[in-house]
Amino acid sequence: MTQLAPAPPSAASNSENVLVAFAREVFAVANAEFRKLRRDPTEVLTRSVQPILWLLVFGQVFTRLRAIPTGSLSYLDFMAPGVLAQSVLFTAIFYGIAVIWERDLGIIQKMLVSPAFRSALVLGKAASAGFRGLSQTVIIYVVTLVLGVKVRFEALPFLGVLLAVLLGSAVFSTFSLAIACIVKTRERFMGIGQVLTMPLFFASNAIYPLEAMPGWLQVLARGNPLTYLVDALRSLMVVGGHSALGLGRDFLVELGTLILLVIVAARLYPSLTR
Amino acid sequence: MTVLSPMDQTPAVITRALTRRFDHLIAVDRVDLRIDRGAFHGLLGSNGAGKTTLIRMLTTLLPPSSGDAQVAGFDVVGEPREVRRRLGYVPQMLSADSGLTGRENLMLSAQLYAIPHERREQEVAEGLEFMGLTASADVLVRTYSGGMIRRLEIAQAMLHHPAVLLLDEPTVGLDPRAKHVVWDRLRELRSHFGTSILMTTHDMEEAGALCQVISIMHNGQIAASGSPEALRSGLGREATLDDVFVRYTGGSIEEGGTYRDAARARAAVRRLE
Repeated sequence: MTQLAPAPPSAASNSENVLVAFAREVFAVANAEFRKLRRDPTEVLTRSVQPILWLLVFGQVFTRLRAIPTGSLSYLDFMAPGVLAQSVLFTAIFYGIAVIWERDLGIIQKMLVSPAFRSALVLGKAASAGFRGLSQTVIIYVVTLVLGVKVRFEALPFLGVLLAVLLGSAVFSTFSLAIACIVKTRERFMGIGQVLTMPLFFASNAIYPLEAMPGWLQVLARGNPLTYLVDALRSLMVVGGHSALGLGRDFLVELGTLILLVIVAARLYPSLTR
Repeated sequence: MTVLSPMDQTPAVITRALTRRFDHLIAVDRVDLRIDRGAFHGLLGSNGAGKTTLIRMLTTLLPPSSGDAQVAGFDVVGEPREVRRRLGYVPQMLSADSGLTGRENLMLSAQLYAIPHERREQEVAEGLEFMGLTASADVLVRTYSGGMIRRLEIAQAMLHHPAVLLLDEPTVGLDPRAKHVVWDRLRELRSHFGTSILMTTHDMEEAGALCQVISIMHNGQIAASGSPEALRSGLGREATLDDVFVRYTGGSIEEGGTYRDAARARAAVRRLE
């Protein structure tokens, strides 16, 4: 039983480059999450019901009504990227629940006692939210194709969609994690989650264009990261779609928001254990 | 284990007037604790005595209100990352990830504790072997028994060969057989790696069986400290550790504790069943 070699020094981290260490830690957390997700994909499937309903019911009806000015795009083409973004938001925003669950089980405490950077632990979780976002993307692409949405299939725009979904998932899951660190219990989080998602969704350009909003709502929408995600997806996902805010700005806003949120969440993370 | 510490003779753990307040409650009250290198030190106390709060300050998760603490020669407030590198921690709750296999749990720890890539698989395999988990290494942890999860967690905490191992009630809720297996593994870890161990417990038998030094905690303070023999003989020839406990805390170890402690203990037991 005890053929263990004498204790080797485990101070390898001393010689390791900080960035390499950081990447290793992010990968470790993301990889563990990915394995869990792969074993239990039911959540991915149940989460796809809502966006399908939006496209199938809301999208179909409003396409007939022609009540929303969407320029040269049909309403369904217009809203498909919005529904993808919504799906990213709704999947990622409940990440905090999972983190509170893990906290109640002691899993988070154990991770926080490891020498890993807190920001790496946070970003690892964010990356795993990205996988969920990507699996939603696959499902939504299939549904939109079936419904006849004119989806773009060039390689570069498609990679752009994947990148935008990864970034958006990371932004909203990290936001969710920060909220979880503040509220700390599942019950309170459920309440807050509901309160946050709907305003984020309706104060965005997901199902109607910015120009159709009253001035005050436009101001709110322009401060909402979801708007930039939708804007990027709209230009990358559908034929004839264009970015109203500028694709470069969309990605910069998402990236900047992510960095800010990771810094905040990494600071708050240890307080989750108190 | 000398590699990881700045000085050879630094104690594994030393605290000076370590204090933690929660609003009006003083959970840990000016505690001076010294744990020598290689020692197996037991921290006894009823629920709510302050054991877990003390442990959590040593893990760097909870900042002290005043006083200071060093683990393996590093300050828990000033150099938390250095402390965490040298620390193994087994929390009170069964906290292995049940959605992963035993091997995956260990791989995650190996990555987070910076065990070099080329050594990871071997270290993980050795940890599994040492804890008698090789046969169930690739099975999901949710199918493990409580005793197996505990052993897996100790393997996780020992993977990087920490200088100091902190165990928070490691055998709570385990059946006697599982408990003895865990004890054997802990004894072996100590003799093999010279790991210094601080263990909280409210199991007198456990404290007597494993610890060379016992500190009894009461109302946030260390009420008494010494070897089990010395503590017993201080009370007379026939005295048991239970008697010692009653003498220094004025009550049985089963009494006391907050609602939250009780709820936690129950939750841990539920998971084990």
